Amino acid sequence: MRKLWSFPGGIRLPGFKQLSNSDSIRSLPVPERVYLPLRQHIGAQARPVVTVGEHVDKGQLLAEATSFISAPVHASTSGVVINIGSHTVPHPSGIAEECIQIEADGEDHWYPALAPLDNIDKATPTELRAAIREAGIVGLGGAVFPSAAKLKPPRSIDTLIINGVECEPYITCDDMLMRSNAEAVLRGCVLLQRILSAGQCMLAVEDNKPEAMQQLRKALDILIKAAEPGAKDIELVSIPTVFPAGGEKQLIKVLTGQEVPAGGLPYELGVVCLNVATTAAVYDAIFLGRPLVSRIVTVTGSGISRPGNYQVPLGTPIQLLLDTVGVIDGEAKLIMGGPMMGQRLPTGHAMVVKGTNCILVNKPQPKMTPMPCIRCGSCANACPMNLLPQQLYWHARGKTFDKLERYQLSSCIECGCCNLVCPAHIPLVSYFRYAKTELADQTFKRQRAEESRLRSELRQQRLEHMQREAEERKAKRKAARLTSKKKTVSTKVMASPAVENAPHSMQVSND
Amino acid sequence: MDILIMTALALLFGLGLGYAAIRFRVEGDPMVDKIDALLPQTQCGQCGHPGCRPYASALAEGSAEINQCPPGGEAGMRALADLLGREPLPMAGMMEGATQEPTLMVAVVNESTCIGCTKCIQACPVDAIIGAPKHKHTVLEDYCTGCELCLPPICPVPDCLTLREVKPTISRWKWQSPLVKEKEQAA
Repeated sequence: MRKLWSFPGGIRLPGFKQLSNSDSIRSLPVPERVYLPLRQHIGAQARPVVTVGEHVDKGQLLAEATSFISAPVHASTSGVVINIGSHTVPHPSGIAEECIQIEADGEDHWYPALAPLDNIDKATPTELRAAIREAGIVGLGGAVFPSAAKLKPPRSIDTLIINGVECEPYITCDDMLMRSNAEAVLRGCVLLQRILSAGQCMLAVEDNKPEAMQQLRKALDILIKAAEPGAKDIELVSIPTVFPAGGEKQLIKVLTGQEVPAGGLPYELGVVCLNVATTAAVYDAIFLGRPLVSRIVTVTGSGISRPGNYQVPLGTPIQLLLDTVGVIDGEAKLIMGGPMMGQRLPTGHAMVVKGTNCILVNKPQPKMTPMPCIRCGSCANACPMNLLPQQLYWHARGKTFDKLERYQLSSCIECGCCNLVCPAHIPLVSYFRYAKTELADQTFKRQRAEESRLRSELRQQRLEHMQREAEERKAKRKAARLTSKKKTVSTKVMASPAVENAPHSMQVSND
Repeated sequence: MDILIMTALALLFGLGLGYAAIRFRVEGDPMVDKIDALLPQTQCGQCGHPGCRPYASALAEGSAEINQCPPGGEAGMRALADLLGREPLPMAGMMEGATQEPTLMVAVVNESTCIGCTKCIQACPVDAIIGAPKHKHTVLEDYCTGCELCLPPICPVPDCLTLREVKPTISRWKWQSPLVKEKEQAA
């Protein structure tokens, strides 16, 4: 048995998982239209490589990655590209971003050129990483960081952690994936471990998912019996159910006892952490040659008549998904993600993207009016990042943003524990999100101002330089005229006045 | 003896201070730099000075009020008040209590009516407009500060140079303060 550590704070939450994990994963009919945003990941927006009117097959490249931290986008069904333009993306603002719109032909025909990687057992880490990058794989736990970039850390890695914790209530997509396709997850682990040449690989699952653990054990036994190289090194770890144990930093603490430094990244500790769904996507890319074109989405909540897990093509409008599963109450709030860390979407026009793990629709609940803070300190006890939410709250409320940095606002993972335990029902996380965007805006404006100042100073210098030059020219001309006047006395030739005036008028217009 | 010691000490300190005054001499007014760093650098001249730095110098001298910079907004005025140890003032041209943040604007050239007169290029304080005589001009959106200095009558063509709001993007979108919501609910 592995020794486990615990992280500070956290809470035990009711799971509500049985709502959606009793049935197997269902598939959705091919939507009539899909909308594929060019930015479904953290980093630079992808660049389209198709044109409007072009026919594309499922899995065909639509847009290529533009930098190291970027990911390509592939067609999620076969059909015709009918538009490349703005469409509402799943974000609380309801802002529209560049999307490639495909009208499906209903055939859902795979791109014929897609093929598994040749000679997988002999492929080098570089080749495997390239295949993962080309498949458009990003962190499917919700953070959507391009996986190929994560698999190229600047130092050597000794621990690979595969995150099957899924600590948020309601969400069961990773649970169902591990139950139904444990082999893909494990084979993915082996590949990832090879890429990183990590000494140990741990697959962590919360102890509220015994079926998933059982399936993983079974699949692992089969792999070990088949003498699959690398399978022996995978260790399945069951961890206690405490929210937010699935947070990257929390999980690393639980499994290794080490803390990721504030503002730092896990690789600094020699750890890389990836989600199980990402791992399965890696398996699909390498062994089946299939890029990331669909994902499992949990559609659940008290407002849904047939909750469950669905294999959804990326770009499917959320409204279509909701229509398929049936929404009981039209007034209900639409949330992407879980009840703790999810974000409310203003409209169902947005689509399912790579980071959409859950669509949650709960019946409206009585709203709690915020009361004044009584300084009980419950929030500080619940905070898994060891922050002081109460201090952060006062400073966010009072708009003293410089103090927020001193209290490490940037370390807040917005898990919502403080919100839940607050007896005054203060929406603490809303304050923190607000303050974070304000701080980011201030930084942006400061940079912009600095740039403008520089440009204006350069312009000033240039203008002064030009004026000085003009004056020098004038002085020279004057001197020349004096000498020529002396000459005119002898030769009686007049200098042309037009030549004198032209540069003078130019100088005036420059002022 | 005492007198000697005191004189020697006075000489020593005097020399030390004299040396420090030369060695650590500060070029320019550091206060102006500090103030300038707080200003939004739009170079718009709405404060009545020909740019942000001249306004900063005027503030350092004490010949200008701290509420003259509309692009800096309420937040900018408060930062100036903090730095200069002055009392916050209501923003010039704004109702008291109105804390509306200035909306970010950029200039746009209507390329179908632009006659290529270069007047806007000469007026732009941050070189954000490019073009050549008798060729269409265009505004570099990332550099435009929305200072309005290129608008008519500088631009001789009606409806050619206009201002529009900066398009919202996800990376620049901001959450609303929950305090606003709380107040709305209370009201």
